[in-house]
Amino acid sequence: MKEAILAGQALNGAHVFRLYLAGGAPNSVRALANLYAICHKHFPDSHRIEIIDVLQEPMRALAEAILVTPTVVKVSPAPEQQIIGNLSEEEEVLRALGLPQKENV
Amino acid sequence: MSDKASAEILEKVSSGIEGFDDITAGGLPCRRTTLLMGGPGCGKTVLALQCLVSSARDRGAPGIFVAFEEGARRVAANGSAFGWDMPELEKKSLCFVNATMPSSVVKSGAFDLTGLLASLAAKAREMGAKTIVFDAVDVLLALLDDPAAESRELHRLHEWLQEQEMTGILTTKIEDDRPASAQRYGFMPFMADCVVLLSQRVADRAAVRAIRVIKYRGSPHVLNEVPFVIGSKGVEVGSSNGVHPEPQPFTERVSTGVERLDEMFGGGGFYRGTNALLTGSSGSGKSTLASAFIDAACRRGERALFVSFDENSADIVRDLSTMSIDLAPHLASGLLKMEAIRSEGASSEEHFMRMKALIAGHQPRCIAIDPLSALARMGGGLAARAVAERLIYLCRNAGITALFTSLLEGIDPHLETTAMHVSTIADSWIQISFELLDGERNRALSIIKSRGTKHSKLLRELLFRDTGITLADPYNAGGEVLMGTLRREKEDAQ
Repeated sequence: MKEAILAGQALNGAHVFRLYLAGGAPNSVRALANLYAICHKHFPDSHRIEIIDVLQEPMRALAEAILVTPTVVKVSPAPEQQIIGNLSEEEEVLRALGLPQKENV
Repeated sequence: MSDKASAEILEKVSSGIEGFDDITAGGLPCRRTTLLMGGPGCGKTVLALQCLVSSARDRGAPGIFVAFEEGARRVAANGSAFGWDMPELEKKSLCFVNATMPSSVVKSGAFDLTGLLASLAAKAREMGAKTIVFDAVDVLLALLDDPAAESRELHRLHEWLQEQEMTGILTTKIEDDRPASAQRYGFMPFMADCVVLLSQRVADRAAVRAIRVIKYRGSPHVLNEVPFVIGSKGVEVGSSNGVHPEPQPFTERVSTGVERLDEMFGGGGFYRGTNALLTGSSGSGKSTLASAFIDAACRRGERALFVSFDENSADIVRDLSTMSIDLAPHLASGLLKMEAIRSEGASSEEHFMRMKALIAGHQPRCIAIDPLSALARMGGGLAARAVAERLIYLCRNAGITALFTSLLEGIDPHLETTAMHVSTIADSWIQISFELLDGERNRALSIIKSRGTKHSKLLRELLFRDTGITLADPYNAGGEVLMGTLRREKEDAQ
């Protein structure tokens, strides 16, 4: 399972994520759903999610120093940022992405 | 169950550390999990790495080191510091996985180790790994920050290890001052087949390291705590159970340096490659006798080592000249090496490492350590005793004839115990005492034991003369050995 989900146009300044997950493990499934929801809410027109299933590509995760699953890497805009977990704590994700959090909206 | 069947169940792999294999009756459980627990800086990582390196180097068994706390590069560099050829090993059979979590990583929600374990399984298959180390599992678990998740992931790890059929070594930090049951990850020992506790404490201002096998499923093991050191070549565990290969016995004799003492040993002195303990109170002449033994060795053209604690080599040489023992020419020829060591400021383990290096460097055939009891000054008696034992076995296995002096414990000079109970392992035991007879204190010498010789049981007067050291002829009167003035009167009368 390796696929790229494209939404809107992959423009310059688009949010590009790489999600490392472990097949259909519960945390992985939730992470994908959560990331999807966050993207649709905050960058509806410009985001891209690359999914890497560590069970299918185990050596890649090792080479890219991915420790736990699920892990999402925000590839762009720079700087790169790693977030671990199923992304259920949205506030933490938003803070890591430098986006305004709920209470500020 | 037949012996063969039980041997299959209890397959073990050598740790590569002689003393560790001794206390675990053969090493780590093969294809099972060993847990190393201990406080910070107690040597868990080094021990785990050493086991991994030794499997790879000595048995060609590839291995993986997963570092959760210390960077993988640093761990590998530490290995190089012990003289292990890390670059070569990494090329062929070792893989270091840096699993430290950068501080920039943000956590949001639950995660698990499925991915990591899948990656490691793939890596292990690729290299045919037989051993895997998970260093600082506690750091990984702390990241989960949830007791239920910690327990779940630990079980996942455990199941994974069982599936992989690799010999696993986990290390985890514990707090020294808490019992194992009160530790945060107190349940961890249940999943390991072998649990080893490492500790470090300060005794008499010296750091003392100790190792103890807490449990070993299906195998006997040494229950006691055993001292260990981290020396220049890695971890070295003091053997405790006394199971040592017997070296080839020598039949050749080695002079004690005193002709009449040689006679007391049934002619010729000690057996080559054996060790003797020389006990006596302060000022009884132990050092002088030890010097005579060393002098005799050098006169025969043998290399000799004289280790003295808290006494200057130059002073020893000067004081001996009044007894017509001259060590200076042997020092000049290089046959003799004299080493003065301060007993304070180092633990007995450190002293041992130093003496081992001296022996390896000088390659002596005879050695005198004066006094061995100085080992007990720092770091506690128990550690000193173990170190003394190892020193004795080291000499014995190397075929070195050794003379150890020791102060007697307590005030009673007749007390037939020594500070370190070395007497039970020593091959010979000579005692110098002060005998009070007719208002005179005279030095007396007796052989308390000597394995394999028909030795004299007589108490003899020990004479330090300017012509050398000798023993007076035995004179008995009324069941007592005459000494000093009484003996001279008897001699004159004859």
